[in-house]
Amino acid sequence: MVTGVRHVPDARSRSYAHPQVQAAWQALDCGLAPVADVFEECIYAALASFSKPQLDAYLEAARVIGKLGRGAEPLLAFLEEWPTVVAAASGDQEPLLPQVMAVIRAMQKSPNSRAITPFLQTLAAVARRLQSAEQIEVYLDIALNLMARTTGSIHGHHTTFPSPGLPEFFEQAPRLLGLLSTTGLQRWTEYGIRNYADHPERQVDYFSLQSADSHAVLQRERHGTLFADVERQLDLYLRALWRDSEQLVPYSTAPLTSGELRKPVPYYDHLGLRVPDVFDDGKGVSGLDRYRAVLAHMVGHRRWSQAQIADNWSPLQRMAVEFFEDCRIETLLIREYPGLSRIFLALHPKPLADACNAETTSCLRHRLAMVSRALLDPAHGYGEPVLLDFVRRFHQMLAGRDSSTAECAALALAYVTQTRRQSDQLAKIHFDDTVIDYRDDNRQLWKFIEQGDEEEAFDEERKLEPGEELRGLPPRRYPEWDGASQTYRPDWVSVYEALHPSGNPAEIDRLLAKHAALAKHLKRLLDLVKPQDKVRIRYQEEGSELDLDVAVGSLIDFKSGTTPDPRINMSHRTDGRNIEVLLLLDLSASLNERVGAGGTASGQTILELSQEAVSLLAWAIDCLGDPYAIAGFHSNTRHEVRYQHIKGFSERWDDTVKARLAALQAGFSTRMGAALRHAGHYLSARRADKKILLLLTDGEPADIDVAEPGHLRADARKAVEELAAQGVTTFCLSLDPRADDYVRDIFGKRWRVLDRIERLPETLPSLYLELTR
Amino acid sequence: MSNKEQFLVRAEPYYEAQGKEVALYEAAYHARLPVMVKGPTGCGKSRFVEYMAWKLGKPLITVACNEDMTASDLVGRYLLDASGTRWLDGPLTTAARIGAICYLDEIVEARQDTTVVIHPLTDHRRVLPLDKKGELIEAHADFQLVISYNPGYQSLMKDLKQSTKQRFTAFDFDYPEAALETQIVVQESGLDAGTAATLVRIAQTARNLKGHGLDEGISTRLIVYAATLIKRGVAPQDACRMAMVRPITDDADIRATLDHAVDASFA
Repeated sequence: MVTGVRHVPDARSRSYAHPQVQAAWQALDCGLAPVADVFEECIYAALASFSKPQLDAYLEAARVIGKLGRGAEPLLAFLEEWPTVVAAASGDQEPLLPQVMAVIRAMQKSPNSRAITPFLQTLAAVARRLQSAEQIEVYLDIALNLMARTTGSIHGHHTTFPSPGLPEFFEQAPRLLGLLSTTGLQRWTEYGIRNYADHPERQVDYFSLQSADSHAVLQRERHGTLFADVERQLDLYLRALWRDSEQLVPYSTAPLTSGELRKPVPYYDHLGLRVPDVFDDGKGVSGLDRYRAVLAHMVGHRRWSQAQIADNWSPLQRMAVEFFEDCRIETLLIREYPGLSRIFLALHPKPLADACNAETTSCLRHRLAMVSRALLDPAHGYGEPVLLDFVRRFHQMLAGRDSSTAECAALALAYVTQTRRQSDQLAKIHFDDTVIDYRDDNRQLWKFIEQGDEEEAFDEERKLEPGEELRGLPPRRYPEWDGASQTYRPDWVSVYEALHPSGNPAEIDRLLAKHAALAKHLKRLLDLVKPQDKVRIRYQEEGSELDLDVAVGSLIDFKSGTTPDPRINMSHRTDGRNIEVLLLLDLSASLNERVGAGGTASGQTILELSQEAVSLLAWAIDCLGDPYAIAGFHSNTRHEVRYQHIKGFSERWDDTVKARLAALQAGFSTRMGAALRHAGHYLSARRADKKILLLLTDGEPADIDVAEPGHLRADARKAVEELAAQGVTTFCLSLDPRADDYVRDIFGKRWRVLDRIERLPETLPSLYLELTR
Repeated sequence: MSNKEQFLVRAEPYYEAQGKEVALYEAAYHARLPVMVKGPTGCGKSRFVEYMAWKLGKPLITVACNEDMTASDLVGRYLLDASGTRWLDGPLTTAARIGAICYLDEIVEARQDTTVVIHPLTDHRRVLPLDKKGELIEAHADFQLVISYNPGYQSLMKDLKQSTKQRFTAFDFDYPEAALETQIVVQESGLDAGTAATLVRIAQTARNLKGHGLDEGISTRLIVYAATLIKRGVAPQDACRMAMVRPITDDADIRATLDHAVDASFA
């Protein structure tokens, strides 16, 4: 034997007993041993569902795949999965096969041939989800689109890099389609392509569902009633119907792998009521009503259940107690709101009386589910005497009173004892129609005297490590507008808010003293616009009161024969100011530049000038009495936008605020949109007729993690539009002489560019006066 | 205008006492102390005042206050006629002259400076100076001033001055207990007690939401409206939606929650 050459026995010579199989094997013309091993089974499956021409097409396609030179795996996947695919797509392979083969050829011709195997392996699962040839076509289009747009090229016309995300996409496809419609999948894919097309590692993370935003977008596109959409309604529901205000905490229901082992169940603990993050409509009950059923049930436990000591009860006994106690709770709930029984009964399974074979399987669950149904549903229709007897005893126990968990447990234990069978201990358990999915897991129903090794033991509260302490507020996340695709990137920017550090307040007083002349001039202006509150309007034809002087004059005119003036009334109008303003300062690094060419003009930095201007403005607004707040911001990538609180609406213009203002420092970049949104959320909570956000900036929005030029600009414009929708007027004073190009884009008509920055201290206050006159 | 008869309450208004308020009011009236009635909308404030006026057999002059009301709307004003000017008494002046109970409903709706004109009437002086006319009216011996307001308003602007507040004795009203409220609904609408109790319970779910998106819960008045509709043959769910849910909120989430409460309450 020659070294380095492995001897491969050619499987073409394999022979099969059945002549039809033998003919097919020859048609396949394949020399791969693993294929030969399973070929017979595959062909039997195909023969069962395919006609002769279909079988020929199938074998021809398989032959092509076998000749691709990708080893046995793609061929195996195709041979095994294809009959299932065809069956799922309503039995007709005619329109489908050429398209699938086209996709395979496209992958083979591009550098993406590695993706062929996962594509074929998951195709059957995908087809089962999609159920029609048209839907599968859409899926193929999505995949081709993804491939075309993420396959890299260096010189523009040669595709040289395989698409990093494509194999991952195929692997995740069945799971994705379990959660999303094809339109949802289309959008999810689109998002990944757009944001990670030129970042291979991130792209892999996104398409393999490893990254946070991949999950976030997935969540956004899911079908069913999302918890996030109805959270407020559920809060209101708890409060209004049950006088409960417990925190609601969603848990994820997205399956971690395609074959999930255990479905999470609602529960409650000291942190709140845990509910799934999404509920599909089903069994004639809307997703929202299913949430309500879950909440009502848990509230009932919180209200009426007492924890029982369970050390001496077996798991089966505990299960029985849980079933009976759940029914007691629901009976009490229905007593309070009779309309709930419709929802409960719609969601409660109705097990058939003879569904379970007691010889071979453990039927306890089945029996208990029947009892549970019978306890809630007067029209249950079961005839078993023991069951009927316990239903009677149950209603007797609850007649006219609430009873208790202990009493209910006694009844449940009696039931288990009376109906006990040897087969209850069998490992094979009857589960069909016994799962009542709106009930919680009843973990609060038990207490154990002896410490067990159950999961709760690991739930101990994590203590803060020594030396680790909470700094500042947790971040607030904001979306960012993607102008290119006209969508929001969810939870894209993290804004950290903190108090601005303090400096020496005397500094600000010194600055104010320096501008004493200007202040005097301002003071005169201020007195003019100061609110007078109530103004008398005279000479009105209609008014609230007779203006006696004018009336007498008119009467004299009238008596002396001339035409009298009919405007003899007067009225009042209120002339108050109801304005609140938030001054937002851009504290990016460019503020450290000195004013004038080479720092000759005045030697001051823009930051110092801003400080002076803001101090004067703050003093002026304070004189006017309008509530105002001051904040600064800068950013260091989307993960860290810092929003610094300098003065709040309710704080006074005193040394604390001046100290913060004195300590202003500039650094990092300008991510304007997030800061605008954060400032806007404060302003929109205020009650005033006019809310103004006054932005002082020295450049266009920019950040070091953004390469596309117009992106942050589009985001800032969107933020301004959002604020306008909330009733907040945004005005920008730009210190960038070249700002004309973009401020109009962002702020529409509400902006001014200051050409001579030295004049900032006088411009800013007078600008404010003009704005609010 | 000064015809006392027209201001008398003729038929006995239906009023179900929640506590000792009837006896307390009578005591206050005998001492001619000014009275303030506080409570949420539709809980029976105006009905109570009307009932007391009937019980005491005194005329009642009611003024619904609003933001555009000026002092002269209360006191009176000069009008022009062919021969010159003519003074016309306002409702407060009329009440002081004829000895009526003057009831200023929702006083906080009037501007604060307007309400100051009632000050001289509400302390030991019991006079009303008409500065424009140059007349000083001594209040009639039977005259009493009653004001009502709803402290539930969120607006900080809508509050009484301390100097006004401290001239009154006060009653705090709230929606009646469930059993009493049911009885009131039955009496007012003629509905059966069972359905009335359900209506009251729905109203209470909404009252739980006060401060969480609702400024006010569903008032007794609205329950009576719903009961009246049901009595006229409207389906209970529809009547509740029309009379109890739709009027109080424009918030879609709250509406959905209350609609669900309605559905859940009727089996």
